[in-house]
Amino acid sequence: MRAAFTKLLAGLAVLVLSGAARAETLIASVSSHQIQITSNYTGDQVTVFGLVERDGRTAGRGDPYDIVITVRGPQRMLLVREKERLGPIWINRTQRRFPDSSVFLMVASNRPLNEILSPDSARRDRIGLLHAQRRPDAVPQAYPDMGRFREAMIRLMEDKGLYTEAERGVTFLSPALFSAPIEVPATAPTGTYEVEVVLYAGGALLARQTTNFEVIKTGIEQGLASGAHDQPLLYGLATAALALLFGWLASVIFRRD
Amino acid sequence: MQIYLPIAELPISVLMVLGLSGAVGFISGLFGVGGGFLLTPLLIFLDIPPAVAVATVAAQVAGSSMTGVLTYWRRRALDLKLGGVLVTGGIIGTVLGVLFFNSMRRLGQLELVITLSYVTLFTCIGGLMLYDALRAALRVRAGKPVRLRRRAGTHPWWMGLPLRMRFHRSQLYASVIPIATLAVIIGFIGAVLGVGGGFILVPALIYFFRIPPAVVVGTSLFQILVTMTGATILHAVTNQSVDLILAVLLLLGGVVGAQFGGRAARNLNVDSFRLLLALLILSVGLRFAVELLIPPSDPYSVVLPESAR
Repeated sequence: MRAAFTKLLAGLAVLVLSGAARAETLIASVSSHQIQITSNYTGDQVTVFGLVERDGRTAGRGDPYDIVITVRGPQRMLLVREKERLGPIWINRTQRRFPDSSVFLMVASNRPLNEILSPDSARRDRIGLLHAQRRPDAVPQAYPDMGRFREAMIRLMEDKGLYTEAERGVTFLSPALFSAPIEVPATAPTGTYEVEVVLYAGGALLARQTTNFEVIKTGIEQGLASGAHDQPLLYGLATAALALLFGWLASVIFRRD
Repeated sequence: MQIYLPIAELPISVLMVLGLSGAVGFISGLFGVGGGFLLTPLLIFLDIPPAVAVATVAAQVAGSSMTGVLTYWRRRALDLKLGGVLVTGGIIGTVLGVLFFNSMRRLGQLELVITLSYVTLFTCIGGLMLYDALRAALRVRAGKPVRLRRRAGTHPWWMGLPLRMRFHRSQLYASVIPIATLAVIIGFIGAVLGVGGGFILVPALIYFFRIPPAVVVGTSLFQILVTMTGATILHAVTNQSVDLILAVLLLLGGVVGAQFGGRAARNLNVDSFRLLLALLILSVGLRFAVELLIPPSDPYSVVLPESAR
């Protein structure tokens, strides 16, 4: 972590020296670009570091900087079901599909989002769990109850630890240097995670910067998962053979007669 | 100690899985049933995707019934001919079951199908067995003789259907049609619910065909062994949902537990055996019924269709 931080600072220094034409420049990176799933994997942490670089023209700005970091995980289709009473039993009746939804979402900011920007800007800039999906319009609005299901989906995903909103998840180390920890739970899916850092001051968007990291299976985990998919028959036969072998071994070991 | 399951895609506590499968193995050794009907719901309860739980338990059941089959084979309490008929029907049932399983999964109704099947199957079978066991126990208390074997000359009508065969070791001369039908149904249920079906096959063979209980358990284990081995391979090929690491953990706990269960079974008399098995099956059914009947604390649920990997 410390080495990564030093390396990052060195990188930042180079970027800063190269100079930028815009009033504010945002530079951000993550402590690790790859999370490896091994057999003792129980989740991991990635830290986002960044620097707000300002030139002379911005010296007089009165409002403090605000940072909002959005991490969007791989997209899948999410299915939200609602249980309803049918006679004496409760079963899933209505279901709504949310295609291309991020299975992991994290929104971190240095103070509550409603203090940073207006609800309208939040929708436009795709800030907050409600608006953060990569393609918010991809969800067909054909059903009037879609909003209810979307709220339920966000709440359930928060319960699972896959969606998080960290109101004070971003820490300013100096007026311009910030960092934010991202907890990736063990249940978070494999794939690419997009990290978007947005800089605000006085409710106005000043700069945007994206980076990413990926979660991949390695070693045995990778071997077994790809074996199951690429050679399903062989994998099935091997599993069955192993099961029978276990059964036979047990009968030999515990044999009494 | 946690270990990451590559197919289920979540970490799980090794000790907990070993403990669970050991306990279930004990019960399965005690009653001569596969134990899948207890293990699958437990795994689902631990957040393992239902498809992975069902497919992986199939492998575990195959392994533990292998041990049982070898033991009964040595004791000559296994009717291979009857087993062959059961297996043929079982394979047809398993193929149909896996096809049905996959189509229900596509329709998004798999969870409901599994829950409803558990409720109806277990409450019906458990209730019937309980009734029967209690009636037998009351008869014994009243001093009346217990009729387990049929009287000479009285046959249920289904045994007289065409295609009759003689099964020496089972002391049975009956039509193949009802036996094979039973096997198809059990293979089907097994593949859909990830259970061996022993808890249905054992009482069915005893009550409908009056086969000696000792031979029934060995033969039913043989049928379960073959169908569950087939189900493992079919699930792996069609769903890619068999988790090898989970299977190994379940096997380790299961085979050891089953040995102790088998030993405990020798100290149990027939009546309490039937009563306990009935109560066990009934309670699993009621547990699922409660889930359907009690208003949910949260009506919403979110699922990730598992095919997208």
